[in-house]
Amino acid sequence: MAQAQVAAKQSSIGFGKAERKLLTDPLDSNNPVTVQVLGICSALAVTTGMKNALVMAIAVVFVTMFSNMITSALRNSIPKAVRMIVQLIIIATLVTIVELTLKAVAFDSYKQLSVFIGLIITNCIVMGRLEAFAMANGPYKSMLDGIGNGVGYGIILLMVAFVRELFGKGELFGAKIIGNTPEYLLDTTTTWGLGWYANNNLMVLFPSAMFVIGAIIWAHRAWNPSLVDVS
Amino acid sequence: MGELLNIFIKSAFIENLALSYFLGMCSYLAVSKTVKTAFGLGLAVIFVLGITMPINWVINNYLLSETGLFQTDLTFLRLILFIAVIASMVQLVEMVVEKFSPSLYNSLGIFLPLITVNCAILGGSLFMVSKEYNFMESVSFGLGGGFGWFLAIIAIAAIREKIKYSQVPPALRGLGMAFMLTGLMGLAFMSLMGIDPSAF
Repeated sequence: MAQAQVAAKQSSIGFGKAERKLLTDPLDSNNPVTVQVLGICSALAVTTGMKNALVMAIAVVFVTMFSNMITSALRNSIPKAVRMIVQLIIIATLVTIVELTLKAVAFDSYKQLSVFIGLIITNCIVMGRLEAFAMANGPYKSMLDGIGNGVGYGIILLMVAFVRELFGKGELFGAKIIGNTPEYLLDTTTTWGLGWYANNNLMVLFPSAMFVIGAIIWAHRAWNPSLVDVS
Repeated sequence: MGELLNIFIKSAFIENLALSYFLGMCSYLAVSKTVKTAFGLGLAVIFVLGITMPINWVINNYLLSETGLFQTDLTFLRLILFIAVIASMVQLVEMVVEKFSPSLYNSLGIFLPLITVNCAILGGSLFMVSKEYNFMESVSFGLGGGFGWFLAIIAIAAIREKIKYSQVPPALRGLGMAFMLTGLMGLAFMSLMGIDPSAF
């Protein structure tokens, strides 16, 4: 019995402390967006609504997971001089799969996300994790690292989208939450439902994403002072 | 000629890749600590955008389109081919610059490989496809987009050099402040959005 446990711990497919750390680290102290500053471009453009942010987050988790796994499996046979191009081809293939799948399954989201699906290729999270992790570790660990980083990125994306959609359009996932509704305008005696709220159009514009992410970084660093920039 | 100038001005100021579309933000935030390094990266981006845009235009119109070389719709290969062109062009530019102008190579040095994963480059090519430019227009769009990106990174680097002397809350110092500043600059650039350059 004890032997079996030891064997399970030593085998590479186990799920112990080290593996859990791979998954949870990117959520906080090594977050791809707020700490590593990777993948900002798409974080800004697709966060006007929760739905788009969710689609994008799922797409990125898919790409980081499989690109990490594939690159890690091939890492010993990739010549060092052309590794960038090989990595890019792997990523581009996965992104093309995502793009075509979205085109077939969720055409509305595909049209709204437009070039930003293609830009997952140059999303530095993917490339950065390949260089920093997958080229030096086994496929299973790399896969966990990919999932962790993809989810860490997705959480920030959803947080930003939550603020922007709620205050910019008064909606979440397209459903009316706060602000004027036709019923409210007919019956002004009720005060519930925050019907007096007027949408803040700034939140729909690109620059607001910058402010929201800046505020998230501020809060994150105030809460976890070890991350504060000393320079 | 006037048409090309319009596209140049439009892509440099009104539809600025960095401040209106927020493309290339990773290197924009990472390399904008001093004006000197920002200048090097900005030049390299102009260079690479100006070269890859026409090449990708030729590939898109003569290889991938239905009326192209293979007479079939190969647009599903667009992403892979574009990124391969960009990666190999960056490699080529690096070798050529190293051979013929070691001083420029030293000043651009580490930034050239970084450009491969700068989304402004791939994003520019994808925008060029969706806007259906012709060959000369795509050259103008590439140079204008690169110039706009160059201006943006120089501007934020200058601000960040100065803001070191201000009293910023510790948790907001560095990265957080850079985000806020970029947001403010983006707002400022939005005031240019309604301008129609063909009116001049």
